[in-house]
Amino acid sequence: MRFLDSLSKRQRRTFVRIVIALAIFAVVALLPLDSLLSQPYALWAEFVLFLIPYLIAGYDVLWKAARNIGHGQIFDENFLMSVATLGAFALVFFPDAEAHMAEGAAVMLFYQVGELFQDYAVGKSRKSIADMMDIAPEFATVMREGQQQEVDPYDVSVGETIVVKPGERVPLDGLILDGATQLDTAALTGESVPRTAKAGDRINSGCINLTGAITVQVEKPYSESTVQRILELVENASEKKARTESFITRFARYYTPIVVGIAAALAILPPLVLGQSWSDWIERGLIFLVVSCPCALVISVPLTFFGGIGAASKVGILVKGSNYLEVLSQVDTVVFDKTGTLTNGTFNVVAIHANEGVSPSDVLQFAAHAEAFSNHPIALSVREAYQGAIDESIVSQVQEQSGKGVRAMVEERLVLVGNHALMEQEQVPFQACELAGTVLHVALDGAYLGHIVIADVLKGDARQAVLQLQSAGVKRTVMLTGDRAEVAEAVAAEVGINQTFAELLPEHKVQQVESLLAAQLPGAKLAFVGDGINDAPVLTRADVGIAMGAMGSDAAIEAADVVLMDDRPSHIATAITLARKTMRIAWQNIIFALGVKIAILILAAVGIATMWLAVFGDVGVCVLAILNAMRALRVKQVHKG
Amino acid sequence: MRKVYKLEDLCCANCAAQIEDKIARLDGVQHARVNFLTQKFTLEAEDAQFDAVFAESVSIFNKIEPDCTVIR
Repeated sequence: MRFLDSLSKRQRRTFVRIVIALAIFAVVALLPLDSLLSQPYALWAEFVLFLIPYLIAGYDVLWKAARNIGHGQIFDENFLMSVATLGAFALVFFPDAEAHMAEGAAVMLFYQVGELFQDYAVGKSRKSIADMMDIAPEFATVMREGQQQEVDPYDVSVGETIVVKPGERVPLDGLILDGATQLDTAALTGESVPRTAKAGDRINSGCINLTGAITVQVEKPYSESTVQRILELVENASEKKARTESFITRFARYYTPIVVGIAAALAILPPLVLGQSWSDWIERGLIFLVVSCPCALVISVPLTFFGGIGAASKVGILVKGSNYLEVLSQVDTVVFDKTGTLTNGTFNVVAIHANEGVSPSDVLQFAAHAEAFSNHPIALSVREAYQGAIDESIVSQVQEQSGKGVRAMVEERLVLVGNHALMEQEQVPFQACELAGTVLHVALDGAYLGHIVIADVLKGDARQAVLQLQSAGVKRTVMLTGDRAEVAEAVAAEVGINQTFAELLPEHKVQQVESLLAAQLPGAKLAFVGDGINDAPVLTRADVGIAMGAMGSDAAIEAADVVLMDDRPSHIATAITLARKTMRIAWQNIIFALGVKIAILILAAVGIATMWLAVFGDVGVCVLAILNAMRALRVKQVHKG
Repeated sequence: MRKVYKLEDLCCANCAAQIEDKIARLDGVQHARVNFLTQKFTLEAEDAQFDAVFAESVSIFNKIEPDCTVIR
């Protein structure tokens, strides 16, 4: 039987015990004792016979209850079940009571069935999350003394060369030295289309090499590799509790003692004070005990969050804690950084407008030299457009001016390359440009040479991302950029952003986010999305910071609360939708479990509820809540290809 | 110092919460987490007191959930 195979040894033993107890219970229940024996012998025979399945099913519960009382540990589940079931048996000693032996045995049986199922379901979801995160490489093939050796990835040091054959998982992060191949990055990003990689490309551990053998120079030790960082992040995510989770734990601490207290009062006070039937009120008290365990909540709510985090990581969304999932679900404003988030961040020179009497190639040449040492994407694009070789020895006194541009000496002449703010600061008269894009003005010794227009390319799914956010219930989308207002407006209009703030220096982005935060309605949260470069302070300041395209960027993973492994902005809506779904399931469970329990408590207090109903209120509710929690694990692949 | 221990046979979520609560209140403990789902016990405590705190934690485990073992 497949079901039996999937049980652990301990679970299998319990299962066999329950089956035997159930069989005996059925036989005893069907025995026509009344016609075989005269009263009171029939009653006593029944009592003894029902004790057999009861003890087979529940001896361990009784034993644990006794042992835990010895440890001064009362009010645990075992104790409550023992008192409730033994109490049901003991009711036979009250002359006016009906027989409840069958119920006592059945309650224990069902309790054990429920516990077994609960254990099984939790184990199963634990395993499916573990499988989801099964991205750890088993070995690395390292080249040592001209020989290939299979070793533990931990034992490979930085600088060594490893070989990754088709079908193998890339064990460590590094640089491809030789070979070309297709990589399956689905385990990291959820992306199903393979990615091409060739010599000179960086490669992340955790991908699966599909087509060709490659040799890779290791750049990071295993403990700092992408795989290891993702695993650590997801492992630690369930350490940070959501507020809902902490609320449940606090609630459970008071719920049980209060219900047990009421149970005792119910069993003792009405008979003592009002002279009513002892057996009737004791039975009501016992029913209280059965529903007094908060397990349905204590298991299912954390399980829901755990599932939500697991599901998100499956599509390449790493959420650093249950608390961030909770905040994500309340997001009504999403603030984007433009470059690298909505646009590719790869700039191309689209036009060179030279001043009269200046050749465009001179404009480009001076700009490329002044930007010779900069790693800014704009500098890279200028150098790329300049075909000639850059002689770094003629460049000196380079001053980068954040948010404005660069000032440098090239062949002993002062070159200014930057936006209009730089030109104004240096009092160089310049010409504005009508083209949308980033305009780089170039001046030589205070004279205007002309400008270079650089444009960034919008990401393919930028527009779709904003639309999806709106349909996910996000009310406001805002874009921040250091770029010119015209460029910002053009991009905003194209993707459907509500509000833009342009020409911001990096430090102004924090201020802008702070003023947006101050204007938020209570309970509504603000998310900031950046590419993790230069925006760490903003990522930390927002209610929830989302970094994207983070494969391999330590700074982004460090600063953000939510990390998108690939660079598609449409994943933001996926993250918010998943978070909302997780919260919905968590609250469904809380309301359902508490609702049923309170209803049963009320019914029991007025004498309508039976022991059977109470068992449903305990294990039945718990099982249903676990099944519901497991829905959080399922995730729809939002995009294909 | 922060250490993570595996747990075996921790099968009651409510007990896990109680254990966590008790350990968190011990002297010298900065952070304690008994994770029922991942079956892990994370203890963060002052270096000097760590061993003593860990021993106390284990006895709390034994008291509340005797079937559960903390794997060192």
